[in-house]
Amino acid sequence: MNQFNIDIEHTGDYAVIRSDGYINNLGGEKISEECCRLLESGCRNFILNLEKSPIVNSIGVSILIELIERVLESDGKLVFTNLTSTIAKTFRIMGLLQYAGAFPDELTALDEIKKM
Amino acid sequence: MTVQEIKEIMLTVPMIPDMELAVTKTVESLSRFIPFTGDQVDEVKHAIIEACMNAFEHSRSADCRILLVFKVGPCKLTVEIVDHGKGFDPALVEDPKIENKLFKNVRKRGWGLKLMKHLMDEVDIVSNRNGTVVRMVKYADAYRKEALNESV
Repeated sequence: MNQFNIDIEHTGDYAVIRSDGYINNLGGEKISEECCRLLESGCRNFILNLEKSPIVNSIGVSILIELIERVLESDGKLVFTNLTSTIAKTFRIMGLLQYAGAFPDELTALDEIKKM
Repeated sequence: MTVQEIKEIMLTVPMIPDMELAVTKTVESLSRFIPFTGDQVDEVKHAIIEACMNAFEHSRSADCRILLVFKVGPCKLTVEIVDHGKGFDPALVEDPKIENKLFKNVRKRGWGLKLMKHLMDEVDIVSNRNGTVVRMVKYADAYRKEALNESV
């Protein structure tokens, strides 16, 4: 079975979520559960680092779409970092990047989140 | 089989979770024979994952298996994903759009076919009540323009 782990660094009003493994339905749900838990505790901004998740499927990404919706409805922001070319292309095809930014790394993403 | 299609590999996989990842290992191995860039290999892997997931989720195949046929040519990879399920009409598959899904009480899924079409150079589907064959082709960059012009 695919191993999927996430590492969370929560600081003030933002959290960095680093996934490790295949983002399928289970991976997507795990990310979503953790972000929703953070949303309920007041965190509004999320940096999702996919450096160690080079493979996704559309079911996992659909769960991320639900998460983006929930974050935006809470007046928050969700951005992605460290996307492979193919995952960035996949997100563009699906239109995700109109609603969630993509940045090369966490520091750039954090700077941009602070400006937004 | 054409002269260029010199290698053919057949793989039967059960419809069990994560089996699509095992299929991507075959893609990695076969891609060594084709002058693909790393990104192209990645695109093929993601397209095949989507095709497998569609078969796993929707085919309702009694044998709970799919057959994958990989044809390796000097400038392209052809993959056929075959299931013996109930079939579907590709013309009835709605083109998903994020603006029709976000902030609406609708399911967010249904992206597989769209992704396959964008990640591969050719996607053809033949489906009837005996099953479905999805045929996908990816050309190596150096040959892509020439090959696509020829196919027009």
